[in-house]
Amino acid sequence: MKYMLMMKYYVEGVPPIDEWAPEDIRRHIQFQQDLGAELVANGELVDGQGLAWPDTAKFVTSDGVSAPVVTDGPFAESKEFLAGYWMVDVEDEARAIAIAARASAAPGPDGAPMRQEFEVRALMEAPAPAE
Amino acid sequence: MLVRRCGDLADAQDALQDALLAAATQWPEQGVPDNPRAWLIVVGQHKLVDRYRSEDARRRREEVLAAMETVETAASGHDDSLLLLFGCCHPALSPASAVALTLRSVGGLTTAEIARAFLVPEPTMAQRLSRARRTLRELDGPFRMPSADEYAERLRAVLRVLYLMFNEGYASTTGPTVARADLAVEALRLTRSLHASLPDDPEVTGLLALVLLTDARRPARTGPHGELVSLADQDRALWDRVMVDEGVALVEDALARGAVGEYQLQAAIAAVHDEAPSTDATDWPQLLALYGLLERMTGNPMVTLNRAVALAMVDGPDAGLALLATLDDRLPGHHRLAAVRGHLLERAGRPQEAAEQLLQASHGTTSLAERDYLRVQVARLRRGLAP
Repeated sequence: MKYMLMMKYYVEGVPPIDEWAPEDIRRHIQFQQDLGAELVANGELVDGQGLAWPDTAKFVTSDGVSAPVVTDGPFAESKEFLAGYWMVDVEDEARAIAIAARASAAPGPDGAPMRQEFEVRALMEAPAPAE
Repeated sequence: MLVRRCGDLADAQDALQDALLAAATQWPEQGVPDNPRAWLIVVGQHKLVDRYRSEDARRRREEVLAAMETVETAASGHDDSLLLLFGCCHPALSPASAVALTLRSVGGLTTAEIARAFLVPEPTMAQRLSRARRTLRELDGPFRMPSADEYAERLRAVLRVLYLMFNEGYASTTGPTVARADLAVEALRLTRSLHASLPDDPEVTGLLALVLLTDARRPARTGPHGELVSLADQDRALWDRVMVDEGVALVEDALARGAVGEYQLQAAIAAVHDEAPSTDATDWPQLLALYGLLERMTGNPMVTLNRAVALAMVDGPDAGLALLATLDDRLPGHHRLAAVRGHLLERAGRPQEAAEQLLQASHGTTSLAERDYLRVQVARLRRGLAP
């Protein structure tokens, strides 16, 4: 089964990353890289990407007739930001949740687990073949 | 090879793919033949014949025959790979498509490898390649040697594609590093072979020098965890001296020929850096002059940005900052402008403003490695720490 593990930017009580100490930032980056390498080594990683900062985001709506409405980001509510995602191909949902839990506990300031919120969603797949 | 024999690029590639597929299925059982390359070509021709016998053979045969005549006529006196390169880098293709098609058709990469390097699924890349081939097929003799009046423009397009390919592999730090490095290696190989075909063209020589002089720094460009190391902080002992020497000799040779172009100037700039033992011991007045020439030649604001760095090294950070102020209209909100300004503000002893600029730059970049680097710099400045 494939799952998308979506990471939110905002964590209650944790300052934004650019206010951390340099060594805390380095530790955090190292954790993300190690986790990525581990998922590759397990044969579980489909894709993992960080997203550009929401400052550069655009919102687009269109009725298909007139010119589309394009507005600049960012979102009003910082907790709505999607920071990035992992897409994994795993045995079952329990494994997807276990990976999300690992990622959620990424080290923050002073190495304390961040408790970053992850949304775990299964991908729609082809229907199982008829018996 | 097969292109010469059947004329149509897409057909030749399909045939080769079939041959490779046959190889993959037959070699494990029958063992690898004594001369695998010759075997592939022979099997490729058989497969081509098979294809011609298929239902829509007649229409295809006509197309292919027409194309074959064109290539055969044009190819006399020119090597096949050069014609292929000019065709694959045709200005009718978008730069991204041209890079992909060149990797596939002139370089030795498979569709799967190219897809991996560009972080797209293989079927997507296969479609992009076949759309590019379709565009070429609608042109009049894309694989003919360009006529004298369009030669300069076509060669410029080739150089641009090779330069983009190299940059994609060298500069971009997204995605699997190994697949990316393949692009740089392939760009170097192709530029080398172009230079072998056109040894007297100073810009071809300039591009080869630029690629060598830049790629020479690759071992020092990233740290143990893949993080970006700035030029000032690189361990210069890791730079590839053989590549540097070759690049320097090439750029000197090209510049001596008179017709100075932008690749030669960029190579000359890279050579000045590569020959310096440290940032402080770099010949900044020389770089300032070279960036000045390049700026006049290209009018590119990114060149002005680099000139501001050189100017700051020669006349102090305030002079650099004054030049940056002239770029606000031309590069509004660009993260590179903010990054350079932040760097110069720190040198001018204004750490808090520097942190603000670098933070802005970190929000604007789409390179993960650059964002990580900038964040660490912001954190450092905010805590009043030295670099």
